[in-house]
Amino acid sequence: MSEQSKNHRKGQSMDVKEIKKLIDLMVKNDLRELEIRDGERRISLKRGVGELVPLVGAQTGEQEGNNSQQLAKAEKESSETQMESIVSPMVGTFYNAPNPESGPYVQVGETVTADTVVCIVEAMKVMNEIKAGVNGVVEKVLVASGEAVEFGQQMFIVRPT
Amino acid sequence: MFSRILVANRGEIALRIIRACRELGVQTVAVYSQEDAGSAHLQLADDSICIGPGAAGESYLNIPRIISAAEIADVQAIHPGYGFLAENAHFAEICRSCKIEFIGPSVESMSLLGDKVAARKLAKRAQVPVKQGSESAVSDEEAVKIALEIGYPVMIKASGGGGGRGMRQAHNEISLRAGLNAARAEAQAAFGCADLFIEKLIERARHVEVQVLADMQGKVIHLGERDCSLQRRHQKLVEETPSPVISEQTRAALARAAVRLLGKAKYFSAGTVEFLVDQKGDFSFLEVNTRIQVEHPVTEMATGVDLVKWQIRIAAGEPLSLEQDEIKAQGVAMECRINAEDPANDFRPCAGTIEEFRPPGGPGVRFDSHVYAGYRISPCYDSCIAKLIVHQPSRGEAITCMRRALEEFHIAPIKTTIPLLKQIFNHRDFIRGKVDTEFIERTW
Repeated sequence: MSEQSKNHRKGQSMDVKEIKKLIDLMVKNDLRELEIRDGERRISLKRGVGELVPLVGAQTGEQEGNNSQQLAKAEKESSETQMESIVSPMVGTFYNAPNPESGPYVQVGETVTADTVVCIVEAMKVMNEIKAGVNGVVEKVLVASGEAVEFGQQMFIVRPT
Repeated sequence: MFSRILVANRGEIALRIIRACRELGVQTVAVYSQEDAGSAHLQLADDSICIGPGAAGESYLNIPRIISAAEIADVQAIHPGYGFLAENAHFAEICRSCKIEFIGPSVESMSLLGDKVAARKLAKRAQVPVKQGSESAVSDEEAVKIALEIGYPVMIKASGGGGGRGMRQAHNEISLRAGLNAARAEAQAAFGCADLFIEKLIERARHVEVQVLADMQGKVIHLGERDCSLQRRHQKLVEETPSPVISEQTRAALARAAVRLLGKAKYFSAGTVEFLVDQKGDFSFLEVNTRIQVEHPVTEMATGVDLVKWQIRIAAGEPLSLEQDEIKAQGVAMECRINAEDPANDFRPCAGTIEEFRPPGGPGVRFDSHVYAGYRISPCYDSCIAKLIVHQPSRGEAITCMRRALEEFHIAPIKTTIPLLKQIFNHRDFIRGKVDTEFIERTW
């Protein structure tokens, strides 16, 4: 058995048991994030409300096979954690344009400043213009025009500049 | 019947309303604050909408956000529960003007009964005995004059208050003058109205209230009384039915008075008329609660009537199919409110995560709670985490059953009022039914 695959297997079984222990620790102490570095190994756990999103940390030089998928996901998610989101400050209906005839306020790829109006949230017949609150580039639009949004719901993901 | 209702509340009463709706085949939409986001009972609702951060003013008390949620969720009615906006006539008015039914009484009767001075006047017109006191809001000088006439001690009350808040005792003129000053400031801050009136203070009184149901067609019935004398700082701890100390005549007179009063107010939905009964057995009107109350399960267990379902049916326009002579209270029902407070530390509220939770059960035990192992008690809201209700053929058996249930009930590491409740249920005076509204503060 090659050195690499032996380490790979050893690394995997340790990960599962260790991760389970860490998850228990996080729940017990109501922690949101936990990161542990041990030599070249790094485990990073992030806990959302009621959910656990395990990211297997980078095991440099020893990632193979199905671990590489997890690595790619971890890299993607860790780069997403640098993103900002624009959330709805109220309950209402999301509109991406000032009126049905106009084009949308912003589109993916557009640059916004903190004062750029990015959408309307209509609540009780009042059209509230929502500003970006952040300088950056719009990465994703998460809501469709006409959809209901709740307080705190993410509407846009912005890569800050 | 409505097809969809929005539950504008949280915690155990939100769960209670959702349960009633599920049995009626009505869809529910729960609104919640970010603090309550993890609550398991939200998953029992058909839909849930986050309306704001933890602060009640930006969530459960925020009318525009609640109405907005009601509109996007396309509901026909809103159930306000108790507390929060349940007795806010302005909110009821807004709901109805947005073509959303408010599950509760009319705006007019809410406004009338919510004004303590107006309610007192209505009580007199309905030939319901009222305590001696001022007929309307008084100036300091008028208060002193009236106190001299009716005799000390007196109770200073806020016209816009209720639920045990905005009240102060005065045993002489000096404490009256000081109390009036302090009470005005408190009332202005808490209720937005500095109007005060005074009443004779009845010492060692018993708090007895009558549950009423009325429909929109004008039928008013009562479902018996509840004795809520066990209180601490005007907040109820234990409630029971029937009242162990009043005579049959007093019982009947209280019920008739309650029905008369709410009939005169053109009331509909569930409502409770509160009275104080003195040591001689004479009673006087206290106030009306124009909402479903925390202790409603006591009446439900004794009579077998589902009060929350009836609130919903009545709001949907259905007539009451219950006849007064069909309402028969059986046995004795008692409720303990379990609060996340530390009795050993002046009842300091305890927030945090419940790690161990083993609720009681068994014959004659009803447990109403929204909490569970893993639930995080927020510091933002009131500390009541559960209601433990028992129903047995006699008072002795009810007390034994409650004692047994309290002993079975395990919760850790959060401190609760369970130790105090155990002491109450082992206390000779309580067992004999010889308690009054000052008992808790006197004894502990």
